[in-house]
Amino acid sequence: MQMPPLDPAILARRGDIVAALRAIVPGEGVIDDLEGMRPYECDALSAYRQMPLVVVLPETVAQVSAILRYCQDNKVKVVPRGAGTSLSGGSMPVGDAILLGLGKFNRVLEIDYANRCARVQPGVTNLGVTKAVEHEGFYYAPDPSSQIACSIGGNVAENSGGVHCLKYGLTTNNLLGIELVLMTGEVVRLGGKHLDSEGYDLLGVMTGSEGLLGVVTEVTVRLLRKPATARAVLLGFPTEAAAADCVAAVIASGIIPAGMEMMDKDAVKCAEAYVGAGYPLDAEGLLIVELDGPPVEVDYLVERVAEIAKGRGATTVRVSNDEQERVLFWAGRKAAFPAVGQITPDYMCLDGSVPRGRLVEVLAEMREMSKQHRLRVVNVFHAGDGNLHPLILFDANDPDELRRAEEFGADILRLCVRVGGVLTGEHGVGIEKRDLMGVQFTEIDLDQQMRLKCAFDPDHLLNPGKVFPQLRRCAELGRVVVHHNKLPFPDIPRF
Amino acid sequence: MTSTIKPRDASELRQAVEWALNDGTTLDVRGQGSKIGLGKPMNCDQVLDLSGISGIVDYAPEELVVTLRAGTPMRDVEALLAQRNQMLAFEPPDLGPLLGREAGQGTLVGAVMGNLAGPRRLSAGAARDHLLGFSGVNGRGESFKSGGKVMKNVTGYDLSKLLAGSWGTLAVLDQVSVKVLPAPDQTRTLLLLGLDEAAAVRAMCAALGSPHEVSGAAHLPGKTALRLEGVAPSVEARLKALRELLADSGAKMAELGTLESRVFWREVRDVAPLKAAPEAVIWKISCPPTEGPAIVARLKVQRPGVEAFYDWSGGLIWLALPPSADADHAIVRGALGAKGGHATLMRAPQAVRAAVPVFQPQPAALAALASRVKESFDPKRLFNPGRMG
Repeated sequence: MQMPPLDPAILARRGDIVAALRAIVPGEGVIDDLEGMRPYECDALSAYRQMPLVVVLPETVAQVSAILRYCQDNKVKVVPRGAGTSLSGGSMPVGDAILLGLGKFNRVLEIDYANRCARVQPGVTNLGVTKAVEHEGFYYAPDPSSQIACSIGGNVAENSGGVHCLKYGLTTNNLLGIELVLMTGEVVRLGGKHLDSEGYDLLGVMTGSEGLLGVVTEVTVRLLRKPATARAVLLGFPTEAAAADCVAAVIASGIIPAGMEMMDKDAVKCAEAYVGAGYPLDAEGLLIVELDGPPVEVDYLVERVAEIAKGRGATTVRVSNDEQERVLFWAGRKAAFPAVGQITPDYMCLDGSVPRGRLVEVLAEMREMSKQHRLRVVNVFHAGDGNLHPLILFDANDPDELRRAEEFGADILRLCVRVGGVLTGEHGVGIEKRDLMGVQFTEIDLDQQMRLKCAFDPDHLLNPGKVFPQLRRCAELGRVVVHHNKLPFPDIPRF
Repeated sequence: MTSTIKPRDASELRQAVEWALNDGTTLDVRGQGSKIGLGKPMNCDQVLDLSGISGIVDYAPEELVVTLRAGTPMRDVEALLAQRNQMLAFEPPDLGPLLGREAGQGTLVGAVMGNLAGPRRLSAGAARDHLLGFSGVNGRGESFKSGGKVMKNVTGYDLSKLLAGSWGTLAVLDQVSVKVLPAPDQTRTLLLLGLDEAAAVRAMCAALGSPHEVSGAAHLPGKTALRLEGVAPSVEARLKALRELLADSGAKMAELGTLESRVFWREVRDVAPLKAAPEAVIWKISCPPTEGPAIVARLKVQRPGVEAFYDWSGGLIWLALPPSADADHAIVRGALGAKGGHATLMRAPQAVRAAVPVFQPQPAALAALASRVKESFDPKRLFNPGRMG
């Protein structure tokens, strides 16, 4: 993974930069010793490590503003970081950049049940929001699997998903407002407790911008009332194709389940050995379908889903009878990644999204690739919204296996794009998929995105080396080429 | 008389924009022109008519996605989805009659460009939440794309959000992919009769804070309506539960069945409950739901003749005011208070819209950022110049 070359001038000024930061954030908020910085050297994409120039942990918006203004004035790069759980290297440090940690912004500021929203600081964990409101029967819908650790600010940066996106949307559909500090140090508010923007939807742009546009210092999230009840249905199929077929049939019948997850035979085997969820070991494809809502509706839909599954040749149909059983059905799915980790020294988790109708074909092709690359692949994924999580099993200590795993992963993502899908459904581009962006986008597509970046960060100081395979200077991107004296195109109808 | 250029496909569209760029010609970008009365009046050199780039490209009901060309009429899309018992869940309003035009006009992309949404905004989101991806032409005459056709996608910036609600000022789209959802089997409405505005908003917020999945909450004078949608047994059970929940509001209750409900909510969606005179000025306010009644009360002190109704549980206020040279913009925006929100002038004579800010003015830092964003797409300000003022 190639990162931009370090700027020796910045490295030489490290002492000045540290002193300037100490003048803004007093006490222990500036960490510049190696031992102290060690915990920040990577995020959850732990194959890649890098010490930052210095770590700063501000506590107030004024401090964040002063830090960014200082960085802008002195052309110092900044990498923002929430809880460091990015799977794509979104918060991986850069050697000549300040690491700006928002962990101290950890307070729930306001809960407004009447308007069904909460105002929280970005360092509050995803689950922390739900914990703060669940005693009143409310929750925050997006539930990435790292929800116990990941921060809301990080969720905004990555537009995080989870298993319930099909019905309840991603982070972007569950935000009402943010407070944002620009590289100039200006503090702006986007949205609030009301819906929609008075102008351009910059809240929508900020969500999923991977820390490249600004630093979020406050988030207003939508709260939802917990559904009256939820039940899960476990469906085993003799082929993966039949399972995928069932997914399409459920949706075509007009049912939008709260979650619809698929596991292949190897994933089922691993999960079953790990947690003993009672999964059918003979199934080639296993679906977990969750239905939520009023009890009478859930009962009705459970019946219909079971019927559809039987019509598609399901060999196992089990419905959770109580909350304990529902949680057990999910336990295997939720533990699937660590369970797979038991049978392999290392695994690489991918995140492509494909149209549901191409699932069967994509799974089959992946098996072929698996033979070619001589590496096993296990599939656990959000079938309802076509978001795949293939796990490639390999041993990182074998350089050849690591290389083959990376090539296999890239081939899978190319396949996703080829069938009309995308590189990443919820984990983000970061550094991990950066160099594959050209597979999905043309140079013009990427230039347009970079120009938007220039509107926020004209010197490319925020989170450098992420998302874009090749950065172009804003001045160069901003040039408009006009070909004068060209005749109007004569064949287009005009009147 | 402004001339019109009417490309027939994406390639001609790109050429048309390139030509405008080279010639320094500003473009009034239109689908069917059904919303030209919305926004700041413009004085463009040329109309860019997208109605020639029309038609469904791909519709796969089980994928919950429809892909179509920019000039495709809204009614064609709605008819197509209805055949497969699906819908645009954001419930795009037909603002034709409000704007003194025929009903049933406009394009889907036009609704997206205004980020329009009906009563289901509360539970299903606005156009912004349903635009999965697009292709189009930027102000440099370059064809580009963003997003895709899949439900979950975080690859690159989410330009779909930015384009939705940009009123054609950033790029000219030639194709979009939009998320669709199953249409509900049944729609029923619980009516609470005789509540004042404050009690109505309390009841609506209580209903939305319940687990009964309310998908519409509107308050018209004397009548508060809560919509329930879904399969029959579920709607029945939730209706009963909602009646019990709201029993202590003291309101007399009534119900609307599926057909009556559909008519009622279509009227709310299209702003039909405002019985204002044709010359009245119409405003739309988005605010925190519980602030709605206080905003209207403040307004009434200065303009006793104001007519109002509420949607989105109180978070959307439609206002009709007697005609005036400045549309009372300072009074309306002054009434918003400190809790946030924005007011958009939705109907007023051209001269009035030219004289006052149609969209809520933004703080300086935000306005400057928005201007840089505009420049990043359309540096020569070719597309709908000034429309979002």
